[in-house]
Amino acid sequence: MNIHEYQGKEVLRQYGVVVPNGKVAYTVDEAVAAAEELGSSVVVVKAQIHAGGRGKAGGVKVAKSIDEVRTYADEILGKVLVTHQTGPEGKEVKRLLIEQGCNIQKEYYVGLVVDRATGRVVMMASEEGGTEIEEVAAKTPEKIIKEIVDPAIGLQTFQARRLAYAINVPNELVNKTAKLMMSLYQAFVDKDCSIAEINPLVITGEGDVMALDAKLNFDSNALFRHKDIQALRDYDEEDEKEIEASKYDLSYIALDGNIGCMVNGAGLAMATMDIIKYYGGEPANFLDVGGGATTEKVTEAFKIILSDENVKGIFVNIFGGIMRCDVIANGVVEAAKEVGLERPLVVRLEGTNVEIGKRILNESGLNIVSADSMADGAQKIVALVQ
Amino acid sequence: MSILINKDTKVITQGITGATGLFHAKGALDYGTQMVGGVTPGKGGQSVDITLESGKLVSLPIFNTVVEAKQVTGATASVIYVAPPFAADAIIEAVDADLDLVICITEGIPVMDMIKVKRYMEGKRTILVGPNCPGVITPGECKIGIMPGYIHTPGHVGVVSRSGTLTYEAVHQLSTRGIGQSTAVGIGGDPVKGMEFIDVLSRFNEDPDTYAVIMIGEIGGTAEEEAAEWIKANMTKPVVGFIGGATAPPGKRMGHAGAIISGGKGTAAEKIAKLQECGVQVAPTPSEMGSTLVKVLEEQGILEKCVTHQHA
Repeated sequence: MNIHEYQGKEVLRQYGVVVPNGKVAYTVDEAVAAAEELGSSVVVVKAQIHAGGRGKAGGVKVAKSIDEVRTYADEILGKVLVTHQTGPEGKEVKRLLIEQGCNIQKEYYVGLVVDRATGRVVMMASEEGGTEIEEVAAKTPEKIIKEIVDPAIGLQTFQARRLAYAINVPNELVNKTAKLMMSLYQAFVDKDCSIAEINPLVITGEGDVMALDAKLNFDSNALFRHKDIQALRDYDEEDEKEIEASKYDLSYIALDGNIGCMVNGAGLAMATMDIIKYYGGEPANFLDVGGGATTEKVTEAFKIILSDENVKGIFVNIFGGIMRCDVIANGVVEAAKEVGLERPLVVRLEGTNVEIGKRILNESGLNIVSADSMADGAQKIVALVQ
Repeated sequence: MSILINKDTKVITQGITGATGLFHAKGALDYGTQMVGGVTPGKGGQSVDITLESGKLVSLPIFNTVVEAKQVTGATASVIYVAPPFAADAIIEAVDADLDLVICITEGIPVMDMIKVKRYMEGKRTILVGPNCPGVITPGECKIGIMPGYIHTPGHVGVVSRSGTLTYEAVHQLSTRGIGQSTAVGIGGDPVKGMEFIDVLSRFNEDPDTYAVIMIGEIGGTAEEEAAEWIKANMTKPVVGFIGGATAPPGKRMGHAGAIISGGKGTAAEKIAKLQECGVQVAPTPSEMGSTLVKVLEEQGILEKCVTHQHA
């Protein structure tokens, strides 16, 4: 789960990370009021969307007067920002962070991720703050310094200090920087983060070490033990169909194509998208109905697929193991009757009770095209939507 | 022969009184697995009665702790169906009891919990498969997990995969071509887990009854790339691959917790290129995993050795 920058900073502040004073604003008036309250000579107006690259897209402006705050807030609120992380359709800005400006001397990068190879948390730091860390990783990987954390004892102060020295933090600020790193690690572990990034981490003319940005992602498997983080979820940032799917415990991801997919199992669901593409089609979604799908779940899955106007046809690909093919077939027939089936539907069933399943589909009187294999099904649906 | 499990493996189910645990304990017994007991804290001393498909009634003893279950039943392996918030504790308990093998089916364990589990397991001899996996099956001998047993046939091709249903797909494509399997191992879709590809491949390499391997990977991480390098350096048997997620958008978690392209890393294209570079033939579509293997077996002149049965 993602949260906004201002929320991430609030979480980090609780752990003792120094962040600039700031306030969230939903309207221009709120933005102006927030700036007046801050009372600083320079105020930064920052678009709050769940995507990076906001600055380059015109979503971050430095205002030197209240009038400028008003102008920029008006300009950015409601604007659709297109960044390298939003996709071409962009994201509409509905919230702003109004923040005290600060006297930046130098920018760094600090981040935490889970390293799969070691099965441990890794802290990364770089002198190349302020730019995309992916870019640094690609061009100058030697400029990213790493410390692997032993989970039994957590990040050690010497490790944080070693990182601070390695990225050339001025001597007198090394301890402050290390302290911030320790706090960031504690927040990461306590809150079950999957990513925590401060980019840039800055040192100011006044000798402060501050998080000027904060990107926190959380492990959705651990949200059950973090009610406070769950409360930060912003449904405006998510696809409506994905929200609807999550209510029924369906794993759904919207894509750009026109062939809706309904599959059991995440691996098979991905592979189904791949094979549609291989035969010249474009998948409209990823949808895993899971191992224990009921008729109700299949019906809801169908409705969600059909609510996507781009969908010109549907491919149901089921390998029934524990989930029996007759249950799936019944679900498909029920759903098709309930929601009305005007678009082509290709069904490939394999596994337990496959013959009964096929018979149910054939005898339903519905216009369902049966497929013998994944490849056969993919080719048929691609032909039908053209 | 086989790897990890065989007809002599004695298994207990952790979480046996839950609906899922009970359902699959029955499935294992129906298949012929030596399921010898279960663990549910608080229900020790009771037993569960299971009526098999054959009509036979089996009564399994329940224990409060894994160590007790092991002492009384002589179990060497356990399978875990415990709910996600308690699953890490269940794994650690099984490792503490010094079992040979722990297979965790549970999906949805927090990554931070698995990091602690892995740290705890350092220096211990217990092998962990999963979590978030279908389990392990040695066809005709022992089934531990949620896979449909009947699609498997005993034979000489090993299967290792990060995805459950894609494993079934591969096994089905093999069985319908008359090619049996030595053991099929689902290592699971989580980013931090027990056995990785290399751990399974090295066992297949040493198993005299495994002649070839299908390895099914997906987007996220670099385990496939590491496996490719290992295969090139060590593997004496042909390996055929498939990688799922070529069309997955970056930054989105595709169902499995571990299936995500992050920071432009972990793409299917990178993995396929690396596998091919290391001499592993990669099936172009999931429909062609079986046929790609057959082609490779023919090239190597071992197809006949791998055909174990006639398929109707």
